[in-house]
This record gives sequence, structure tokens and C-alpha cells, in this order.
Amino acid sequence: MSNIETEHVKNASVKAVDARATWEEAMRGAKLRDAEFTSISGAPRKPLYTPEDARVDYANDLGYPGQFPYTRGVHPTMYRGRLWTMRQFAGFGSAQQTNERFKFLLDHGTTGLSVAFDFPTLMGYDSDSPRSLGEVGQVGVAISSLADMEVLMDGIPMGDVSTSMTINGPAPILLAFYIACGEKQGVDPKLLRGTVQNDILKEYEAQHAWLVEAEPALRMITDVMEYCSEHVPQWNTISISGYHIREAGSTAAQELAFTLANGMEYVRRGVAAGMDVDEFAPRLSFFFDAHLDFFEEIAKFRAARRIWARKMRDEFGAKNPKSWMIRFHTQTAGVSLTAQQPENNIVRTAVEALAAVLGGTQSLHTNSMDETLALPTEKSVKIALRTQQILAEEIEVTHVADPLAGSYFVEAETNRLEEEAEAYFAEIDRRGGVVPSIHSGYIQREIHHSAVIYQRAVEKGTKKVVGVNQHVEDVDAAPEIEIHRIDPAVESEQRERLAALRAKRDDAVVRSELDAIRSACKDGGNLLERFVSAAHAYCTLGEIAEVLREEFGEFHEPSIF
Amino acid sequence: MADRKIRVLVAKPGLDGHDRGAKTIAAVLRDNGMEVIYTGLHQTPEMIAETALQEDVDVVGLSILSGAHMTLFPRVKAALEERGMGHVLLTGGGIISKEDMASLADVGFVKLFGPGTRTDDIAEWIQTAMEARWKNEEVSG
Repeated sequence: MSNIETEHVKNASVKAVDARATWEEAMRGAKLRDAEFTSISGAPRKPLYTPEDARVDYANDLGYPGQFPYTRGVHPTMYRGRLWTMRQFAGFGSAQQTNERFKFLLDHGTTGLSVAFDFPTLMGYDSDSPRSLGEVGQVGVAISSLADMEVLMDGIPMGDVSTSMTINGPAPILLAFYIACGEKQGVDPKLLRGTVQNDILKEYEAQHAWLVEAEPALRMITDVMEYCSEHVPQWNTISISGYHIREAGSTAAQELAFTLANGMEYVRRGVAAGMDVDEFAPRLSFFFDAHLDFFEEIAKFRAARRIWARKMRDEFGAKNPKSWMIRFHTQTAGVSLTAQQPENNIVRTAVEALAAVLGGTQSLHTNSMDETLALPTEKSVKIALRTQQILAEEIEVTHVADPLAGSYFVEAETNRLEEEAEAYFAEIDRRGGVVPSIHSGYIQREIHHSAVIYQRAVEKGTKKVVGVNQHVEDVDAAPEIEIHRIDPAVESEQRERLAALRAKRDDAVVRSELDAIRSACKDGGNLLERFVSAAHAYCTLGEIAEVLREEFGEFHEPSIF
Repeated sequence: MADRKIRVLVAKPGLDGHDRGAKTIAAVLRDNGMEVIYTGLHQTPEMIAETALQEDVDVVGLSILSGAHMTLFPRVKAALEERGMGHVLLTGGGIISKEDMASLADVGFVKLFGPGTRTDDIAEWIQTAMEARWKNEEVSG
């Protein structure tokens, strides 16, 4: 370098130091708004981020889209190659009503189905169980047997659509109904595409729809992985979900940490069951929340990809790049919606959905504005879908992969979230792993504390929510929005359908199928294989679940508040 | 009367697992000086009434987000009455429409809270209602 150039560089750096000092001086003297400058998760925020805050080694920490560590996205082309899947979660009432909603969504451009089940189905009870009273079809569709699944998928070509089923405890049973239903439509299981949530660990931690104790539940999950890798190879056998952890009140860092900790636990179980990590890891998928804190969320998605890639390659020794990639679905944050001034929820959802897109999601559900009040109406569902279509088609954000990379703030947030997640991994290890951390209530307590802190902040007004603690309107002046109600007849009709089914089927076959399941529980035979066979004999969900409850024991939650 | 503590049972009827609200309310009521018992999840009306009896509570608060409130709330009330616990103060919250709140008021759930309610408002309502009851008991007793 010439003397003149050296002098120039020196002057520039002196200028930079001076500029920083001047700025800091100005900040010290300035009068700032009376506000708490923290993320929605309560993480401190600086007023400005500079290269010093965002230390990244480009090749190791970011790389290129489609390359390790995938911080910049899992596909080389990202949305230039293919847009995200617009997958709207739906399900209510009877299988027939949901079938009609599915056809409505397919007609309006949705590209994948996503089934919401009612609580009895989620908990493994038939619609005619005394435990199901008042709940049949309320928050999702009631599916008690293959017969209901046949109605649900009627007229929908199962070899062509991809279907995501949000079910966990009884997931292997519902997947068996789906496989059997495909077979009845004449579709080879090898052609079935979709996802079953099947993530029991986060059920114990957050969502609380479980069937049996943790260890046998984990065994059923490895049974599903093994069976599907041979017979249903295009099926995503598990969707490891942070969504419910976040909705239960966790921070962004906790959502990231607990979800990935659960993911690593499933990988350990798969390996312990004798599978090669690359045999099942490519079929693992993930599901995150998109909350309101725009930059924290984008950073969370980026951090998730980087952490998973590093863990899978460096700790689990996966060789297949598909095992390193975290592919995920995102749903906008249900908890961020307000009952007050519900139309404002359209805006919240749009902001959250944009964060998911800029964070590189593979598929997306946008919530409807009226979901804090009741099930969404067709009109509000359509607005939610249109929101995604506007993001995809109008605003020109889909051309550039990972467009916020290199933002000092976003890189600093990405680093922070990775560090906080690592600290949680270490703490969970110290406590003996995920299952002991659930049994002791540690994870549930962490989530609950965050929920209470946030609720307190909203009530004190340090976290602002329009319509709730800011710009409040008289409740009675609020426009009434149309409420989607479930007809109580759904429950009585379901009972009748089940009674007819039980009368019609071959009881001897049903009994022998249930006995075979009982034996497989004891001797370790693959349970999904047994469930598919039992599905064809029209054994019901509740009958199969009852065998599992008897053989494996129910899960008892530690009571914490 | 000033040092008498209000005993509250926070309960989750039905199969719905959404307990963020119930647990937050439980913590807030405890912070407000009440003695709080939380049932845990997936409770039948009979289980709730049995716990209310065993714990001899003054208040039962139900939290529900499954849409099954029109079926389950009246059954909780009936199960309480069967056990001689018809006198407890009943309240609750969740995703419950205004019309449903009005019908449930007729069976004894005089006050139900919807989404977006301040937790302190719930604590204050329980406090006021219980103080009024105890005052009446003193007058009549």
C-alpha cells in the first residue's frame, strides 16, 4: 500500500471512531420515548447494530442457499424455483363438512391439505365415548375409523394431493387410516405424500394431547419411521413442532431450543432403534410459529437451519445433505390475534406471514381474523389465503434468497438465538435429557414463566397491543362478526354412524386384530403395520387406543403453575 | 374476615389441552393472596366436583377453549350440586360467545370472561363477589 493509501485508511478509521463517539454522545443526551426497548420475547435491543455486533464468518456461518449450513435457505433457487406451499389448516364438524371445505380450498388455489381433528380424535377417543361429550367436531373433524377417513377424502385424488395431519398421540393410528383409505382408492402407499405431526414430546411440553407414557410413545414413533421408510417413502413421518410451545407462551429462543432438542431426541431414538441416521433424517420436518416480532422471527428461522445442519453433520454424523436440512412449515401466531377489533388481525397475520417468507419457510398457514372468537368463516379463510397470494405474487419479495442476510441486526439476532438455544441444550443435557426434563416439569415451567411475564407486561402496558391496551374502543360499539357454529347434530350423527359401523363389521376379525396389536405391544412387532391391518377391519380409533392405554399406561402430567 | 383466604379451584373440563390461560390465571390469583388449586388437564365434570368437595373451595373457575362449554359447564354445576357444593361461586373463561355467556348465566355462571380480559380484573371480580357473600353470611348468620 502506498503512503497515501495508508493515510487514507487511517483517516477513515479515525473518522469512524469519531463518528461512533459523536453518535453515542447524541444518544446519551437525547430524550427517548418512554418505552421498553426489548423484543416481544423480552430480549434487550440496542438502538443500533454495527459490524461489531454481527460477527459472521461468511463461509462457515452463512454460505449459499442449498449449501451447508443452510442459513440462507434449503434450496439453491429458493422462491424462484418454487413458491412455498399455501397450506391452510382446516377441519370441523363431520368428515363430510370438512371434505367440502377441502374442496373449497382446493378450488381457491390452496396447494396442500391440512387436517385439524377434534379433541376426542386427538386424545384417542371415539365420537361415542362418554369422554367425548360436547366435543365432537368442535375444533376439528371427528375421525373414529377408516369409514370416516373415506368420507373425508372422498373425491380427492390421494395420489395427487399432499396432506398434513395434525395429530400426535394417536398419529400412527390416523396414519394407518390414511394409508388404508389410499389403498381403497387404489393408490399405492408409495405414492402418498404428506406429513403426520406425530411429535409427542411437545405434547407433554405444551399442547397436551397425549395417549400413553413417553417411552412407549417414542417407540411408536420409531415404528412409524421404520415402516414408512420401506412402505410410504414420500411421507414425512414427523413434524417437530415449535408452534405449540410458542403458543403456550414461550419466548422465541425457547421455541427454537425446545423444538430442536426434541428433534435431536427423535434422532437419538431412531439411531438407538438400529436405523442409520440418513435412512430417516431426510423425512423429518419441522413446524414453527411466526410471531409479531418481525426481525426476531426471521432470525429464528435462519438460526434453526444453521443449528440443525451443524448438529446433524457434526454430532450425529449424518452424511446425506438432506439430513442436514431443516425443512419447515410455518403458521402465523394464533396468540397474537385479538378478540377486540378483530379486523386488525388481518394486518398482524400479514406481517407475521412476511417474516415467515423472508425467513425462507417451505409452507405456510395464515390465520383468519376471527379465530379468537370461533372457527373461521369461509370469508375470513379466503382473506387469509389471499394474504399469502399477495405476498407471493404482488410485492416482489420472492426474487432474492434470504434477503436480510448481512443486516447487522438480523445477523446479531441470529447469533443471539443460536447462543440461547445452545445454553438450553446444555441445561437439558445436565438434567438428563428431554424426557427427564418433561417428567420433572422443567420445560413446562420455563414456558409457563415466560407466558406469565408476557401477560404481566401487556397488563402493565409495557408491551403494547392495539385494541387491548392501546387505542381501545368501547366493546359494545364493536361490529358483530359472523360466528361459525358447529351444529350439535354432528355429534348425534357421528354416534349413529359408529353404531351402524359396529353392527355391520365382522366382530371376530375386529377382535383378532386388536389381539394382534396387544401382542405387538408386548413383543415389539411394528405397531403401524398392525394398525393398517386393523384399519381395514374397521377397528375404531378408540378401540385401538384403549389397547395401547392398557398395555402402555397413560401419561400423568406434573401439575405446575 | 380480613384474614380469611379465598379458596379457588381452577379447572380444565373436557379434552382440550390449552392451559396457558388457566395456569396464568392460577398464578395471578395466587399472587393476589388466594389459595389456588389447579386440577390439571382433561377433567370430567365429576372429577372437578369431587376435587371441589375434597378441597372445600369457595370458587370454581373453569377454563375451556374447545367449544364444549354448553355441554360441560351445566354438568359441572349439576355435579357440584349432587355433592352438596351448589353454593360455590362459579365463573370461567375461554372462547365463549356473548349469547352462550347469557345462557350460561341462567345456570349459575353469572360472570364469564372472554379473550383479552385483564387477569387482575378477574381477581378483583372474585374478591368483590366473595366479600359480598361473606358479608351476607355474617348478616344472616
